[in-house]
Amino acid sequence: MAATEASLGRRIRDSELWWSLRRHRAAQVAIVMLVVIIVSAFAAPLIAPQDPYDLASLDLDNSELPPVWSADGRWPYVLGTDVQGRDVLSAILYGSRVSLAIGLASVLLSMAVGLSLGLVAGYFGGVIDNVLMRIADILLSIPTILIAILVTAVFRELLPVGLRETLSAVILVCAIALTAWVQYARTVRASTMVERGKEYVLAARLIRVPASRIMLTHILPNTLTPVMVAATLNFGLAILIEATLSFLGVGMPPTEPSLGTLIRIGNQYLFSGLWWIVVFPAAQLGLIVLAVNVIGDWLRDALNPKLR
Amino acid sequence: MLAFLVKRTANAALVMLTVAFMAFMIFRFVGDPVEMMLNEQATQAERAELRERLGLNDGFAMQFVRFVTNALQGDFGISYRNQQDVMKLIGERFPATFELVIVATILSLVVGIPLGVITAIHRDSWLSDTLQMTSIVGVSLPSFVVGIVLILIFSITLGVLPAFGRGDVVQLGWWSTGVLTPSGRAALVLPAISLSLFQITLVMRLVRAEMLEVLRTDFIKFARARGLPARLVNFRHALRNCLMPVITMTGMQIGNLIAFALITETVFQWPGMGMLFIQAVTFVDIPVMAAYLVLVSFIFVAINTVVDITYAVVDPRLREDAAR
Amino acid sequence: MKKFAAVACAVATLAAAPLVATHANTLKWGANRDIGSLDPYSYGDSFTINVLNHVYEGLVRYDRDLKIEPALATSWEVMADGVTWRFKLRQGVKFHNGNPFTADDVVASLIRVSHETSPLKGNLPAYASSKVVDDHTVDIVLNGTYPLLLNDLTNIHIFDKEWLVANNAELPTDIGKKVEGYATYNANGTGPFKVESRQPDAKTVFVVNPDWWDTPQHNLTRIELNPITSAATRVAALLSGEINFTNEAPVQDLPRLAASPSVKVLERTDLRTIMLGFNRRAELVDGGKNPLNDLRVRTAMYQAINMDQIQKRVMRGKSRNAGALVAPEIPGYAPELDERLPFDADKAKALLAEAGYPEGFEFVFNCMQGGYVNEEEICQAIAAMWSRVGLKPKLDIAPRAVQTPKRTGGKTDVYTIGWATLPMLDAYSPLIQILHTKEGTAGVFNWGDWSYPELDKLVQAAGKELDTPKRLALETQALKIAKDEIILLPLHQQPMAWAVGNDVKEMPQFPDNKPRLWYTKM
Repeated sequence: MAATEASLGRRIRDSELWWSLRRHRAAQVAIVMLVVIIVSAFAAPLIAPQDPYDLASLDLDNSELPPVWSADGRWPYVLGTDVQGRDVLSAILYGSRVSLAIGLASVLLSMAVGLSLGLVAGYFGGVIDNVLMRIADILLSIPTILIAILVTAVFRELLPVGLRETLSAVILVCAIALTAWVQYARTVRASTMVERGKEYVLAARLIRVPASRIMLTHILPNTLTPVMVAATLNFGLAILIEATLSFLGVGMPPTEPSLGTLIRIGNQYLFSGLWWIVVFPAAQLGLIVLAVNVIGDWLRDALNPKLR
Repeated sequence: MLAFLVKRTANAALVMLTVAFMAFMIFRFVGDPVEMMLNEQATQAERAELRERLGLNDGFAMQFVRFVTNALQGDFGISYRNQQDVMKLIGERFPATFELVIVATILSLVVGIPLGVITAIHRDSWLSDTLQMTSIVGVSLPSFVVGIVLILIFSITLGVLPAFGRGDVVQLGWWSTGVLTPSGRAALVLPAISLSLFQITLVMRLVRAEMLEVLRTDFIKFARARGLPARLVNFRHALRNCLMPVITMTGMQIGNLIAFALITETVFQWPGMGMLFIQAVTFVDIPVMAAYLVLVSFIFVAINTVVDITYAVVDPRLREDAAR
Repeated sequence: MKKFAAVACAVATLAAAPLVATHANTLKWGANRDIGSLDPYSYGDSFTINVLNHVYEGLVRYDRDLKIEPALATSWEVMADGVTWRFKLRQGVKFHNGNPFTADDVVASLIRVSHETSPLKGNLPAYASSKVVDDHTVDIVLNGTYPLLLNDLTNIHIFDKEWLVANNAELPTDIGKKVEGYATYNANGTGPFKVESRQPDAKTVFVVNPDWWDTPQHNLTRIELNPITSAATRVAALLSGEINFTNEAPVQDLPRLAASPSVKVLERTDLRTIMLGFNRRAELVDGGKNPLNDLRVRTAMYQAINMDQIQKRVMRGKSRNAGALVAPEIPGYAPELDERLPFDADKAKALLAEAGYPEGFEFVFNCMQGGYVNEEEICQAIAAMWSRVGLKPKLDIAPRAVQTPKRTGGKTDVYTIGWATLPMLDAYSPLIQILHTKEGTAGVFNWGDWSYPELDKLVQAAGKELDTPKRLALETQALKIAKDEIILLPLHQQPMAWAVGNDVKEMPQFPDNKPRLWYTKM
């Protein structure tokens, strides 16, 4: 009974979502843009003219070429090359892949942690709840960016030299997820506490449905709307934080550059006339986050009954 | 009331203690302090002696207690890199960061509030849509990109504003200020704009949301019905009712702004705490990292606690809520 | 709202305010980094020492042509025993605090710099003891005959003993003691400039010392040292006139700077030779037999690098490719040693195959961020070239502070190292400090842990030889061994680019890349 109700509700909401999307031009554009960016980034090995990680493919003779539409531009270097002869377009595609992957992984990780902790805390309450919420309080009392920087700095220092570069991405994901989970946990905990008192849950408990099953099949689906909005917005935020860390020099190394690393490197050539090295990665980063934020904004408005 | 005060303060103390514990762990276990302090030619005996003197042979709890006691007295030791007392180092940099954050905050209110009001009043107009869209762009652009673009436009192309530093500063006791000299004020413009951009959008969105709520209330409808001029209703009656949450949010954001300032400071070479911290990170200057973490968290926690307590004084319902 | 309006006005008027308040003849120096301390002995770093030379002086100094001339000492002689040097000190010199300069100050300074906790003790390797003869005469006793004492002394700055004692700073700052050193934040020298104020990483201000003992050849009244780490910001500041001197103009921005009517670019090649060093222990960092001990492998790595291409592209034609380990200006240099092995990728592959590594091997390649000129780019280019002959370099790029412990601790396989032979200006410097086996004060920078006894013998002989031509012949012989064995792989002498604003009329540039602002005219 409950299941059909939920799926029915979802179907209605889906259609409303669809309806609101049809009215929201900006969200349409953003979704198309994001899909193109994601597909192109993950298909990078197939479509990029060059493998920027393969050092042997770089040739200094091709360095500092401007984009093809300039007089000195040359195919296949559509957006020009950097000082090492690395194709900027390929670097951006691979860089976007790194940025998107780190953003996605950190959202998934923080969501998994946040949802489960939030459910447990909300459902059982008591000591577990208290401890978890204290930890959340503490994490919220330190600015996110500061935690992220400290965690990356500390991990890098603790890891053996050989592992540092290989694990950069993993460290970043953990550093970002470390504070992000709190938001999910709080959201889910609040709705869980509401749902817990509802009759269907009481009924389920009465017939001794295991707690885990009640949480996963009954309570969780009802908390997903705000989580979805939060996840979208956090995805954008995670990409921004990663870019910032890389820009500050504690993120991805130059051998496996994310968009932030590319901007950091390109920034040195800002005044040398090699504008394409920094402008295109910065534009790509801006576009990704913009698209994600527009979608997140639209979702929030569309899913918020108050504003409808 | 007293119970609430005690509870809230104890809570803040607990948070600070945890932060101090993190700072201590970083200090104690990231890199061996002895290795960092001595130069490479030091003998084994010298190492052992320093280890003893620093108390690194004592029990773990003992060491933590000492760390906290020292921290309470503002003693975080000596910076490995600058060879200066860490607290003094941070104290010298604090005014730079503080001025930047305050100016950015003022800027965000001055710009954000009118924009929020406009978008709320002219809901669904093209102007409002454009502003809303612009605000999303504002949130999406990383602040270091904004900083780079500002430098490119105003320092390089137009040559009207400085690209780095604080200009000339005037020393007022231990406080160094840049706002009293023309070059100091000029140097403040670009960093303040780039730091406030994100905050402006926050203020704008909050004001808009609050205004939309207030404009729906009967009291505004009556005011309108009485034939009061629209401007008076919007700004005098409606806006006044949304300022409280805006001020609260602004206050609570100050801690975040201090943390975010480290990006702005890096881009503009602004000699504040943030730049000190980033340099400490690159040079693995652990005492500075630990002290910065504790200090920024303290500011953050202190502001939040004060805000909570003030709210509780104003609104007794919250007291019971929290005490439950 | 009124208040907000007022603030908005204030913000708007800020933009119109004039940019810089000008002092008469102020040199606004934008450096790529800050000095580490105001104490030249607490920080073994040549940039710090170079800047502080404006405040502190040595017994002797280099003149405009880098020849040694008297400074705080007026004359000197080697005594009959061959190891005692007697210095006559200049009379009437005053420290910035007004104290007179005497023999006590020299002895106190020598004790301080040679103290075992001093990071600079390696800069005065031959020092044994010193004693006051009279108020203006000092004897310095060495631990053996040593030809290069004067060269070393150019960089040993003299402190005021009374000031050191009064401020409990007779020993170098020991951060382990948890007290900050007085000299770290205060300075009292005899030099042409005095420290007015210092904010670490922000600004250090020097003002002219009107009581300097020497006739000033400069007309500066004030020097403001602004560390600006970002190259782009430095260029921006130069173009907008916020600074009027930088000793680190980015190579890639030189055309743009030269094209600007308000900026002059000063260029030449540096004495600094950039080289690669190899891990020569039995195992690589990540374990496994170390192929770098095979001369054929090192030769292959040498011949796989196309230096002409790097010179043209990365260095924009500004560097000088090197075959020798020291620059042509350095005594001990021999032109016949300056021939590079030709670039030959096929030969490199063949050599690798012959050495038993046809598939190449993995190794860590350690480079510094913001280290030598365009170091990151050079390293990436070299890594790419090595990859093309089948080697598998793992680039490890990080700031200097992070990399240095890995290098000194032997946690790297191949690394960059630059050597300008400063302040000695003699080939003996790299021979004793880098190429010699690591023992005692010798081979401090022998990070790869190699040992060539025949080379050591030549270097030790040169260190005792007082006859200059004979000494240089010994040094050249030692350099030949280093070249034949490819102990270090030379790359180039890096370019040095300074830039000044139009208001700076005279700024002599020295091949040791040390700004000597006491020759600057505005």
